[in-house]
Amino acid sequence: MPLQKNRDAILFDHNHDGIDRRGFLKCMAWAGTGALCVLQGGVLKSYSLSNPFGQHKAAQGELSFVQISDSHMGFNKPANPDVVATLRAAVDKINALPVPPEFILHTGDISHLSKPEEFDTVDQILRSARPKDVFFVPGEHDVLEDDGKQYRERYGKNTKGTGWYSFDQKGAHFIGLVNVVNLKAGGLGSLGAEQLEWLEEDTKHLSKSTPVVVFAHMPLWNVYPDWGWGTEDSAQTLSYLKRFGSVTVLNGHIHQIMQKVEGNVTFHTAASTAFPQPHPGAAPSPGPMKLPSEQLRGLLGVTDVNYVRGQHALALIDSTLE
Amino acid sequence: MKTGNSILSFAAAMVLALVALPVAERAAAAGPSTAGVKTAEVKIDNFSFTPVTLTVKAGMQITWTNADDIPHTVVSEDQAFKSKALDTDDRFTFTASKPGTYSYFCSIHPRMTGKLVVE
Repeated sequence: MPLQKNRDAILFDHNHDGIDRRGFLKCMAWAGTGALCVLQGGVLKSYSLSNPFGQHKAAQGELSFVQISDSHMGFNKPANPDVVATLRAAVDKINALPVPPEFILHTGDISHLSKPEEFDTVDQILRSARPKDVFFVPGEHDVLEDDGKQYRERYGKNTKGTGWYSFDQKGAHFIGLVNVVNLKAGGLGSLGAEQLEWLEEDTKHLSKSTPVVVFAHMPLWNVYPDWGWGTEDSAQTLSYLKRFGSVTVLNGHIHQIMQKVEGNVTFHTAASTAFPQPHPGAAPSPGPMKLPSEQLRGLLGVTDVNYVRGQHALALIDSTLE
Repeated sequence: MKTGNSILSFAAAMVLALVALPVAERAAAAGPSTAGVKTAEVKIDNFSFTPVTLTVKAGMQITWTNADDIPHTVVSEDQAFKSKALDTDDRFTFTASKPGTYSYFCSIHPRMTGKLVVE
């Protein structure tokens, strides 16, 4: 993206790193993004951590956790020259929650280039978060050189295949899926036959009243296939989940909040802690979006609340960033 | 990175350039010869390869350069060539020694596809 030379001129560059304080604060305007998820009576609600009305402060239930995504540690282009600071800001917001979340879900693109030092930095920052358990799924940036071997050594010790797994927390069943490896030319994200078989097996013994939370990096619904924002075998994935009364699908990858309800399934994509990407089709291609400050406020400044209550008491609330 | 294995005279290289880069293909740049080896370039920009189809003569050296702020790869479907992840301004060079049609893609963003035709 071209630099806005006049508007974003660097005024004071004390550290000679190309960032002045004004530029840094501009990054911080959309920093610290994440979603707080609270399970209340089997119903999952999600709140933006940047919500100016502080709805999340009153949120209580039998289980709450936080989703963060796309920290892209190592990225240093103008769209955000300091991804360390913005991830720290996300952790600060998590730590400021009056009811500590039980755990953090990171929906991938932990690193920008799969470098060990990038993973190390994220690990170090997340150690300062109050929730001690962090569950990961890989993004395509985390499996660049070795089909994800390093990723699995770090984050996927007890996982299956390329890193998929499930666990139970307070009556809810969580499923972490991998849709970023073995991608085929011309295609979208993909889970593959082996993982789908596992998913069928993993879910078939659950009662249909079990709240199910599925998380994966690339959207498990076709947000915008022209930009690769979708998963080829998502229909088969969902066929194993549709009998459940409450299914929530949490994804990252597209660096913006979107949601969609289809029957009992609520799809939700999280914002990035690193940089925004354009709305589908609003630019020649996806990629880091550098925003002039007033455009940033216009785009992110309006709180847009969607409230959806289905027949089966499935609800998910979210808002765009301030 | 692979390097060229044949040395051509400057004159021969000029002839090759005319033959190897049809106008319709609009190669991003018919690069200057390096040590006598004829080169061609593919630009990676806005999540696409330009030109999307490049036709070269056997022995030419093709260089892909990533101009995006996001890493990409260049991987032929038959694995004849495979780059590492290319960060911004990183380059990958392949010497086309064997004639054929090579369909390739970015293994990180598989919607990005291109074709290299070696005559």
